[in-house]
Amino acid sequence: MRWFWIDRFDEFIRGRRATAVKNVSLAEEHMHDHFPGAALMPNSLVVEGMAQTAGLLVADAIEFNRRVVLAKVAGADFHFDAVPGDTLRFEATILDLKPTGSLCKVTSTVGDRLQGEAELFFAHLEPGEGVPKLFEPDELLQWLDHMHIYDIGRDEAGNPLVRPDW
Amino acid sequence: MPSRDEIFEKVKAALVDALGVEDDEVSPTATMVGDLGAESIDFLDIVFRLEKAFGIKIPRAELFPEDVLSSSEYVTNGKVNAAGIAAIKSRMPFIDLAKFEANPSVQNFANTLTVEDMVRYVQGKLAS
Repeated sequence: MRWFWIDRFDEFIRGRRATAVKNVSLAEEHMHDHFPGAALMPNSLVVEGMAQTAGLLVADAIEFNRRVVLAKVAGADFHFDAVPGDTLRFEATILDLKPTGSLCKVTSTVGDRLQGEAELFFAHLEPGEGVPKLFEPDELLQWLDHMHIYDIGRDEAGNPLVRPDW
Repeated sequence: MPSRDEIFEKVKAALVDALGVEDDEVSPTATMVGDLGAESIDFLDIVFRLEKAFGIKIPRAELFPEDVLSSSEYVTNGKVNAAGIAAIKSRMPFIDLAKFEANPSVQNFANTLTVEDMVRYVQGKLAS
């Protein structure tokens, strides 16, 4: 079981913004009892999907050379619950990017309805700063392939992203 | 150069956004940690917001003298010694250390920095 809270990227512009989708399904085990007879996706997991969208955008922007961790949710508002059958679209924009951290704005929409919005702050840690290695390179690359980042990703000039050779 | 009140308003906006506190909680005398509940990661967030709001660069050591507070040269028996106080004063001339000096335990330092200190710090950066 892997901690995947987005299904794929639809847009990925290096260092700027990305859009990922998450199809909410009753097949997900956590829905079965949350709540009995009225399944809904907890907004904490919506935040996780937002963080994966923005986190990969940020990690790519710094060439995966630091460990990008969600340090704080600076603010989050939700307007309705996501339920099985919904497709969530997470749109992440980098507001500020520095070597030590980044601030992103992420929205979650279902169709044209705004489901949630959050400001996420990521810390970029180096080995020895208290966070164990998060991924083996091949495992990370596999995830990026699942996400289709190198199929649809572009740099700011519009050139396709080159899949790294780790 | 913006006035002290204009700087205060922008600092307040940064703190409201970063800490999720109410406008009226951010008074000049409020302490960052004790009154506003700032944790270490919040300071990184606050630095980002202040740099953006004022177009300044904030080196971490100017607001967080961790190196002084963890140095055996500057700390004796859990208290910041005279040399340490002098080091903090020279590093952070914008901070009012009077209260801290009365009981300079390292852990008390967290409750020293106030909103007004942050305003004075930004004023100094903008003037330099």
